[in-house]
Amino acid sequence: MTTILDPTDERKPVARQITARTGTLSGTIGLLDIRKPRGNVLLDELERQLKAAAPGVAVKRFAKPTFTKPCPDDMRRDIAAEVDYLVEALAD
Amino acid sequence: MTEAKPGFSLTSLAGRTHAFPTGGPSLVVFVKEDCETCNTAAPVVEAFQRAYGQGLQVLMPAQSGEANAVFAARHGLTFPVLDDAGCKTSFDWDIEIVPSVFWLNADGSVRQHFEGFVRAEWQALSADMAADLDLPQAQVDWDSLPAWRPGCGSRHLYPEIFDRLRAAASGELLRARRIDIAEADDVIEFMFDQGFSDGLPLVPPTPERVLKMLGGTHRAPQDLIAIVPPNMGEATTEKVAINAVMAGCKPEYMPVLIAALEAVCTDAFNIHGVTATTMGAAPVIVVNGPIRDRIGMNKGLGALGSGNRANATIGRALRLIVGNVGGGKPGGVERSTLGNPMKYTMCFAENEERSPWPPLHVERGFNKEDSVVTVFAMTGGPVHIVDQESREPSQVAGSIGLGLESVFLPKLRNLPIDALLVVCPEHIDTLMSQGPYTKAQLRARIQEVTSRPLSEMVANEVSGAGMSKATAEKLGPDKLKARAPKFAGDAYIHIVVAGSDAGKFSSAFHGWATGEIGSQSVSRKIDLG
Repeated sequence: MTTILDPTDERKPVARQITARTGTLSGTIGLLDIRKPRGNVLLDELERQLKAAAPGVAVKRFAKPTFTKPCPDDMRRDIAAEVDYLVEALAD
Repeated sequence: MTEAKPGFSLTSLAGRTHAFPTGGPSLVVFVKEDCETCNTAAPVVEAFQRAYGQGLQVLMPAQSGEANAVFAARHGLTFPVLDDAGCKTSFDWDIEIVPSVFWLNADGSVRQHFEGFVRAEWQALSADMAADLDLPQAQVDWDSLPAWRPGCGSRHLYPEIFDRLRAAASGELLRARRIDIAEADDVIEFMFDQGFSDGLPLVPPTPERVLKMLGGTHRAPQDLIAIVPPNMGEATTEKVAINAVMAGCKPEYMPVLIAALEAVCTDAFNIHGVTATTMGAAPVIVVNGPIRDRIGMNKGLGALGSGNRANATIGRALRLIVGNVGGGKPGGVERSTLGNPMKYTMCFAENEERSPWPPLHVERGFNKEDSVVTVFAMTGGPVHIVDQESREPSQVAGSIGLGLESVFLPKLRNLPIDALLVVCPEHIDTLMSQGPYTKAQLRARIQEVTSRPLSEMVANEVSGAGMSKATAEKLGPDKLKARAPKFAGDAYIHIVVAGSDAGKFSSAFHGWATGEIGSQSVSRKIDLG
């Protein structure tokens, strides 16, 4: 691990920042199943609720070949090109 | 009574922990395995152990890791040889040479201390300990030992070890937030992601590097150097040093950087406006005086270009401080339409040795032996002024004047705007070819050759800039015949000398709004402590 000293006036936290929230829901939402058991059940329910809550929003489903390995580059690029938001279902 | 030495708790080769102070008198000898003198001393210490071991505790902190066991076996040592892992105890005790010998009281204070091997010192110590403990003297064949053998440098002083130890012990010195970057994260990429960079890679400001950088100035780490707009961030010496490390500075550049920062953060220079203007201004730093050569600045060939570490990194560090401490980032408060490369860095030294004139800092009231930084807010340049043909002083001076016509826009006159003219040595030679040609003469010549009738400033079909038609009508044809020079006064023309001996190419930086509503050039003496 490398330790560095903060070069700024320290008024902002240095942790990696989450993307700014827009406050609205529009465009296409990707739902990524990492292939852990019952991830599809969670995402099916999420898709149903999303469609009910935001009828104008499109949903696109993705599934990794296996949860044991990182997402293939091609799929990563496809997701980035095709969706505005991504929800990843992690758990069993 | 001396101050007690710092306590320690170290592990012996046998795996036992030994603490200091020991509760009684002790003899502590620091060694390293590959030191000849330590190998000379070790049998003597063993003889001391046999003679005085019942009256005092002999301890030997050793600096050589696994080789400590080799050392102990080589000399058949029967007292605890301790692993000074990472040399922390050697650092804490502030020793310089091994062997380093301490005869200590029960409370840890020093009775006697010496380094290396001066036979008479070791003999005297033996006699003193024997007398003090009321024991027979140690059996040592003193005549077989060298009269004098210098010790070796303590291992903790090896730079890579010392920097680490110093950083670990620096809790009091360094107060900046420490950011731990995970193994899996690339440090350079992390710094880009955090927005610390000017677009180029940065040197990671580790505590070790920052401490080394702080060694370049006498200013204390928490001294406030300047309040930096636009966020009015506090630039302490430590923050300056952190950004200096990132920019690639050497510690000896620190005094120049500090003076430059102080200069730009004055009300007169107005770094807020310089940063914010859509016109795209940037500080140009000119360095004068003995420090130029001491830190290896470039004043000759390519002085305004790349290739010199001091020129490149001092200017860059200043910009990083304005961005990181002051918060002046492009797209934020920094709003320049196009920007310019000077926003990365622009710092050079005047070639005083090649100048027939008083150098810039002397002209501005300092002594020649002073080292001085002068900052200018410039929007353009360096813009070349090419004249390879003129042989008369007045001709070269005339060309230089014509070269300055493009400041802002050629048709604009009477500008209350600074220009920084950098005259090259070959042009100097032509200017001086018929006797002294002063800066004042050069300024006057620039004003003379750039003078044009006011009528040429009036807005027309070629360019709507300049004097409005309404104003022109109000003045009338006679007044429009009056001639106006490029600059509103000679004082707006600043002149320095730089560059190599070959080439008839001078250059000029074009200013920003000059004066109280804009920026005024500021000189600051460099505090060399």
